[in-house]
Amino acid sequence: MTEIKILNEPLNVDACIVKANDEACGGMVVFTGMVRNRTKGKRVVRLEYECYQSMALKELEKITQEIFRLFDIKHIVIHHRIGVLNIGEPAVVIVTNAAHRDAAFEACRYAIDTLKKTVPIWKKEIFEDGEQWVSAHA
Amino acid sequence: MKISLLAFGIAKEIFQTGQLTFEIPREDPTVGALRSRLEMAFPDISRLASYMIAINDTYASDSESIKVGDEIAIIPPVSGG
Repeated sequence: MTEIKILNEPLNVDACIVKANDEACGGMVVFTGMVRNRTKGKRVVRLEYECYQSMALKELEKITQEIFRLFDIKHIVIHHRIGVLNIGEPAVVIVTNAAHRDAAFEACRYAIDTLKKTVPIWKKEIFEDGEQWVSAHA
Repeated sequence: MKISLLAFGIAKEIFQTGQLTFEIPREDPTVGALRSRLEMAFPDISRLASYMIAINDTYASDSESIKVGDEIAIIPPVSGG
């Protein structure tokens, strides 16, 4: 089972777990990317996310297809938040569920690492005295 | 040849709009030609760490051709997660 969502509202980690749950699976891994309060020592006030929705969904779909090809997992749920996020809020939730834990860990790691490289979603860090698009400049 | 571009993240700020019409040479309607024209018109684009161009929701290489009506997007470095 695959569930991919891009949401403009707070993410519900429990709902992702319930969705991926399966009595035949013994290893579920939940990764939650949280909004951190500092970047390189600078206090972050909030993050603002935007996405190219149609392409982001397509790239996420590619990641999940590749995961089912590479790892022996049964279910994957990816929810990504967009809009204005406050410190401590989840920005992304990835749940992988497998018969055994190794596959679930590896698949979850692959999902977040690939998402960060290929999915057209952008975040801007808002500081007390300015703002910057993350990774825009080398 | 007139094409319509979508821009996101910092590219939207560089173009000062999320959608613009842009002219590319009819004799060379490729992603590479669009790239060099864009960099001439908007020098700040070349100062990005990198940027990709997508045709109809898929990353495109410089040699790919653009057709009238394609959805073209300028994708600055992504930073999801």
